[in-house]
Formats: sequence, C-alpha cells, structure tokens
Amino acid sequence: MSSDHGTGTGHVVHPMVLVGTLGALLVLTFFTVAVTWVDFGPAAFHIAMAIATLKAALVVLFFMHLYWDKPIIAITFITSLVLVALFISLSINDTQNWMPEMIPDYAPRIERTTAGG
Amino acid sequence: MSDHGDHPDYLGHHYDTPEQQFDSGKFGMWLFLATEILLFAGLFCAYAVYRSNHPEIFHYSEQFLDRKLGGINTVVLITSSFTMAMAVRAAQLGKNGATAMFLVLTILGGFGFMGIKKVEYEHKWKHGLLWGNKYQDQEHHDGHDGHGGEHGDEGAHDDGHSLNLGIPGVTMAHAADGAGGGSAGDHGEDASQAGAAAGDGGDHGAATHAAGEHSDAGGHSDMSASDKSAPIMVDGEEIPHTTHETGAAAPEGLAGADDKHADDGAPAYVHIFFGIYFLMTGLHGLHVIAGLIAIAWVLVRTLKGHFSAEYSTPVDLVGLYWHIVDLVWIYLFPLLYLIS
Repeated sequence: MSSDHGTGTGHVVHPMVLVGTLGALLVLTFFTVAVTWVDFGPAAFHIAMAIATLKAALVVLFFMHLYWDKPIIAITFITSLVLVALFISLSINDTQNWMPEMIPDYAPRIERTTAGG
Repeated sequence: MSDHGDHPDYLGHHYDTPEQQFDSGKFGMWLFLATEILLFAGLFCAYAVYRSNHPEIFHYSEQFLDRKLGGINTVVLITSSFTMAMAVRAAQLGKNGATAMFLVLTILGGFGFMGIKKVEYEHKWKHGLLWGNKYQDQEHHDGHDGHGGEHGDEGAHDDGHSLNLGIPGVTMAHAADGAGGGSAGDHGEDASQAGAAAGDGGDHGAATHAAGEHSDAGGHSDMSASDKSAPIMVDGEEIPHTTHETGAAAPEGLAGADDKHADDGAPAYVHIFFGIYFLMTGLHGLHVIAGLIAIAWVLVRTLKGHFSAEYSTPVDLVGLYWHIVDLVWIYLFPLLYLIS
C-alpha cells in the first residue's frame, strides 16, 4: 500500500505500467476521434464520454498512483465526482423542466419534446 | 524533535515520520485537486445546461474548431503526463539526472500545448469567433461550406438559405422574406415551436426567428435571452406572415439587417458557445501555465539536489497537479471539438 522501498514515499510504478498506460491512452484518443467518422446519432455523446472516462480512469489509477494509494485518497476523489454528478444532473433536470415555461421559445428542442409528450 | 535522533532535514518539525509527512502532503494535494474538479465542474455544468437547451449552436460552432489541432494537443498533453509520471518515478528512485530530463520533456510538452493553443486562439481572434459582443457573424462561405456537405442529407438546402442541422425540428431557416423554399415539413416543425401555424406562415416564422435574433452584424450580446425571445414569441403567434413586420418589432437596429444575414446559416446565440469555449479552454490554459511554473520549480530543486530516494514528495505532488490538468483536457477535447 504505502511503499515497496520502505521509505513511505509512495509506490514506485514499473515503467512498463506507465508505458502501457500511455499506449492505451493514445489508442483511446484515436478511438474517440475515429468514432466521429461513423454516425452513431445521439449515442455518440455517450460513447465519447465513456471513452473519456476510461482515459481519465487510466490517468488517475496509474499516472496518479491512485491504484496503490491509501483508501482516503480514493474517497476524497470519488466524493468530488459524486458532487459533480449531483451538480450537473440536478442542473440539467432543472433546466429541462423549467426553461421552456420560463422563457418561451428559448429552448425550442426541449419545448417540442415536452409538448409532444 | 528531541525524541527523534534521526530526524532528517527534509522532515518538517511537526511530523513524526517521513511517511506521515508524505501521507499528509499527498492527502492535502488531493483535497486541492478535488476543489479543482469542482471548479471546472461549474463550467462543465454551464456547458451541459446550455448544450441541452441549444444543441443547434454546438452543432454549428463545432465546425470552427480545428479537430486536428485539438487532437494533436491531446496527444501532446497525454505524452507530457507520461513523462511527468516517469519523472516522479525517477525522483522516487533518487535518479536526479533522469528526473531533470523527464521534467524538461514535460515542460516542453506544456509549451507545445500552449503554442498550439495560441495558434487556435489567434485564428479565432482574427475571425471574430469570440464571446459576447466581440463575436462577429461568420461569412456565408464559412458557415455553409462546412455544413452543406456534411448535413445535406435531409434536403432543404434551397440556394444555401437554410442550414439543416440534421436534428428534426431544429432546422434554422435564414431565408429573407420571399426566398424561403425548403420543405414545408422542416420549417413547419420549427415554426410550431413558436406556436405558429404550419406551411408558409410557419416558414416565415422560422425565418423570423433566426433573422430577427441574429441580424446585428456588429455583435448583439447585450440583450438577455428573454429580451430576445419575447418579440419572437409574439411574432410567431400573432404575425407570422412577414419578416418585415418582425423586423419592425425587433429592437432598433435589427430591422434593416435581415438581408445582410439571409445567407448566414447560423443559429442565434453562437457567441455564447465561444464564451463557454474560451472560459473552459482559458481556465484550463491557466492551469497549464501554473503547472509549468510548478514543474520549473521542482526542476530547479532537482538540479540543486534537494531530492533523494528518501524524499521527493514535491515532484510527486506537482505531478498530480499536472495529471489533473491532463484529466480535464481529456473531457474538454471530445466535448468541444468532437461532439456535434
């Protein structure tokens, strides 16, 4: 957990792990561009975000050593992500429910969706 | 300190052991990084809310971002994240020479990123692709060439006077009065959003919507969304027939400009996309600069021999900062450059 060198100053990551992470990140970067060459419709957004999240996970786990860190670090990090998710999802929920009524014709797409059922 | 005969120089007097110091420093850094994530979350939220309300603006604006440069910058930043991780590793092992080398490579990556960013910003500055009232409506050929080919599958490209966004019901017509055309279905849907009738009236309603809101060449950001929307709603319901009437109802200065913008093909409020774009990439760029300063600082300390296999925490923590900068860009790149 803390160290493999007995100094208590962090896990020393094997260079091949870092090289592998770099390779995976570059491949995923290519993928995230490549998927835009195909028309996935509304799913494109989710695909792009899934790839970005996978890349972010690789960076956090290996480049940032979270994989070897003490649990308190992961708790801190994940807490911030939970707060971000709450923040954005509630804001989206709010704007989609209220904006069309508050400002007529402000959000035509949403208004249409709401009106259409 | 008295009870620690082997209290090393690098160990703060308020810590018992190097491990305690390391854990505290690391936890503190991660707490800071959590606040950084929340800081950026504010902008991501603005992006998400605005995009969910106005997908057509993002669809239209994305063509002005250079995917190639964005992609290269992604690779540059990821690679510099790798060299930073290698620098941390070398520092942990006490290899100061290797640490310095990897830190220099990381700094070069950061400069490369900012250099490409500068090219992108300059291009946008030159073309008035800016925020608020600094935004200049794009010329016809700019807007249309990029989209005509990509999104021409739904027809309604009557002499380039309308922009088909490929999203049902979000077609924005920019026909000057009389130049309408296009499929009735397309415009009818658009018009129905304003509560107007379908058919020809609807066509004009849609054109009104676009032209009325979007006709001030010098920029038009001072009005709030509701200011802009209100007259359109009225027009859409009560006088959907002619754009001139709309122009008269629109604020001073907008009326005469309809013809100028008939070819524009742009949805309204595009300047807000660029406001979001510059805030997000600008804040990120500031973080890159801050990261570069921090890396330069640990590079100097490395060269001075401050670090050893026993103590290299500053390199580690600066590395964490650099990685979070990379992390933010990993999301910014697809959100701004790729998704349309």
